[in-house]
Formats: sequence, C-alpha cells, structure tokens
Amino acid sequence: MSEIGFEGVSHDFGAERVVDDVSLVLRERRIGIVGANGSGKSTLARMINGLVTPSTGRVLVDGLDVRRQGREVRRRVGFVFTNADNQIVMPTVREDVAFTLRRHRLEPADATARVDAALERAGLTDLADRPAHRLSGGQKQLLAIASVLVAEPAVVVADEPTTLLDARNARRIAEHFETLDQQLIVVSHQLDLLESFDRVVVMEAGRVVADDVPRAALDAYRALIG
Amino acid sequence: MIGVFHPGSSFLHRAPALLKLGVLAVLVATIALAGSPWWLGAASVLVIALFAVARVPFALAWRQVVPILWVLAFAVPLQVLFNGWEAAAVMAARLVLAVALAALYTLTTPVTATLDAMQALLRPFRRWIDADRVGLALALAIRCVPLLTELVREVLDARKARGAEGSVLALAVPVIVRSLRTAEHLGEALVARGFDD
Repeated sequence: MSEIGFEGVSHDFGAERVVDDVSLVLRERRIGIVGANGSGKSTLARMINGLVTPSTGRVLVDGLDVRRQGREVRRRVGFVFTNADNQIVMPTVREDVAFTLRRHRLEPADATARVDAALERAGLTDLADRPAHRLSGGQKQLLAIASVLVAEPAVVVADEPTTLLDARNARRIAEHFETLDQQLIVVSHQLDLLESFDRVVVMEAGRVVADDVPRAALDAYRALIG
Repeated sequence: MIGVFHPGSSFLHRAPALLKLGVLAVLVATIALAGSPWWLGAASVLVIALFAVARVPFALAWRQVVPILWVLAFAVPLQVLFNGWEAAAVMAARLVLAVALAALYTLTTPVTATLDAMQALLRPFRRWIDADRVGLALALAIRCVPLLTELVREVLDARKARGAEGSVLALAVPVIVRSLRTAEHLGEALVARGFDD
C-alpha cells in the first residue's frame, strides 16, 4: 500500500480556514473520510491528488511532495468525482476510457487491451460504443471509475461517488469498490459504505475529531451530528 | 461529432480519417460550386449510396438532417421571395447534402480517429502549434454540446416550475453561472486525469 502523509496541513479559501492543521499518515487499504458539509473532507481528499495545494504544510504520497511533484503523484493517485458528468470528456464510453491513456504513449495494441480490460471489469463492455452522456447515473459513475482505473493507479480517491445515485446504483458502485486491488480512500455521507473499511477519519470544522476503526469512528460521527 | 458514431465494418468505417476529411472537403466544395439542379441530383444519389454502403439505418440518417430543415424552414421562403424558387431549391439542396456528408463522416469515424488525424495534420507545425492541445480543445468542444444542452434543458424546466417562462434573466443567469462552474469542474477533472500542463 502507498503511504499518504499530511504534515501540519492547513488550507484557506479566502478568509475562511477549511482545513486546520491536519497531520495524518494513511497506510490502510480502505480508508473512509466522513464529516458534515463544509467540514473540509473533500478539500482534504483533493489534496492527495494535488487538485488543491495546502496553504501551509505538506502532503506526501510515497515520499513525493504533491506540490512539487504533482504530475508523478497524479500518475499514482486516481480521482473519482461526485458528478461523473464532469469527468466524462469523450463522446463514447470506449473513447472516454481510452482518453486517459493518450498521455501514456502506449502502443495501440497495449492501449486497446487495457481499455478492454477496464471496460470488462466495470461491466461496460456491451455499452462500449454507446454515447457516454446517454448512460444512466450509475453507468456514468462506473465509466468514471473505469477511466481512472485504466491508468492503473496505486491509489483511488473518490469524493462522494454515490451521493447523486439511487440506492441500487450506490450499492453497485460500493460492490465495484470491493473488487478493487488499489488502495481506496472514499469521502462519503453514506456511512454503511464505510462500515467494512479498515479505518475512518471524521472531520469537523477543518479538523480531525475522530480517527479509528469504522465502528468507533462512525459512532463518534453519529454522536457529533446528534 | 457529439456521440453519434455508428459502429460498423464498411469500407467507409475502415478508411483513414484524414482521407475521409479530405474527400469530405472536396465533395462539399464541389457541391457548393455546383449550380445545376442536375449536378445536385447526381450528388444526392451519391450521398444516398454512401449512406447505404455504410449501412446507416434510415432513422439515424434522418435524425442528422432534421436540424438543418428547421433552418431551411426560415431560409427557403426568404430565398424564394428575393431570388426565386430555383435559387431556393439549389441553396436547400446544397445545405442538406453538405450536412448529410458531414454526418456520414461522424457516423463512420470515432472522435479519437479525428483527433489523431488532426494531430497528424498538425505535426509539421509542431514548432508553433501544440497538436495535443488542439486535439484536447476539439474534444472538449464536442463534449460541451450535450453537456450544455442538458444544462439548458434543466434550467428551462426550473424556470417553468417557478412560473417564469418568459424571463430571459431566469434563463441567462443560471445557464451562465452553471456553465462557468461546469467548465471549472471539467478543468479539474482533466488535471486529475493527467492533463495538467
């Protein structure tokens, strides 16, 4: 597993401090991050991929500084967004998965093999030539995940990946996550998704207020939100 | 271009995108210059034959041409009024044929093949033009069509729900704000996928 380190990390949006002096080392295979809206959990997750750089402190992925070595970090860390529509770039399902590999300069046969494997794993092979924007919400999110996994990252960070989905599709995504070999960090409001994880971090007002095995951490979160 | 690729194995599907783009340019230029109804009639037969060779279902082919008919519904009466029915018919035929040929290209060519063709075309100019960037810009422009269509549809629904059907403000403000936010999210997603320079 990769080692993700937050060293005295704070982040300000204008005058507002959204992440406040967080220090963590994440080594577990499945890590959940929970917190109320505005607690700083999404900002914290985005720092792992370098989408947000901390105002102070350092974020390290396997010793690589996200601020200075962002490109290498992004090759190791894939990011799944809440709204898959924002992540889909190409018109068809296959083309969107293949788009991720355009910068990898692979041989066409290797790229095709990786795309086919990613589509099959996501259960999207039959939809490969369909227009991506006409898929259902659950299928779009599976496509977004496939587009991340085709790059074979060591870590997958998902920011509320099931928030916009109905219960059936949310379960489908959760089941898909269970099959992944990668280290997985999921920001979620859906606590049942995190119950089988190895570790859950609870955020409140930009600070880590609980960090434990899921049962203890989720109990602490439930107590926090009343 | 917005996701209407129709998979197939015809020679039109297999032909290189760059060659198809070249032939498309020549055919459209020829149609634009052809003034005789007989020539346009012959071109129509050719276009129908090409659709048949590509095995494009009639309904799918028809859907590509329908949008231009709305334009013609306004343009043809004006042409008839000012230049006579013959000029109007030639103009309508030219437009329909050009749109049909362009649609045939997109129906038989994946967008990635078009991007690769663009990059090949721009390769001699790589000292001055970043072909990857041009390809990415083209892909994003194509992607934004369905994205903005959906966005406008949602805002129109919301406007209707609020009983503000006639309000331009109730349409323009949310569309602009959401378009900018969507652009920001799309940019963020590109960075996350490694397109960060």
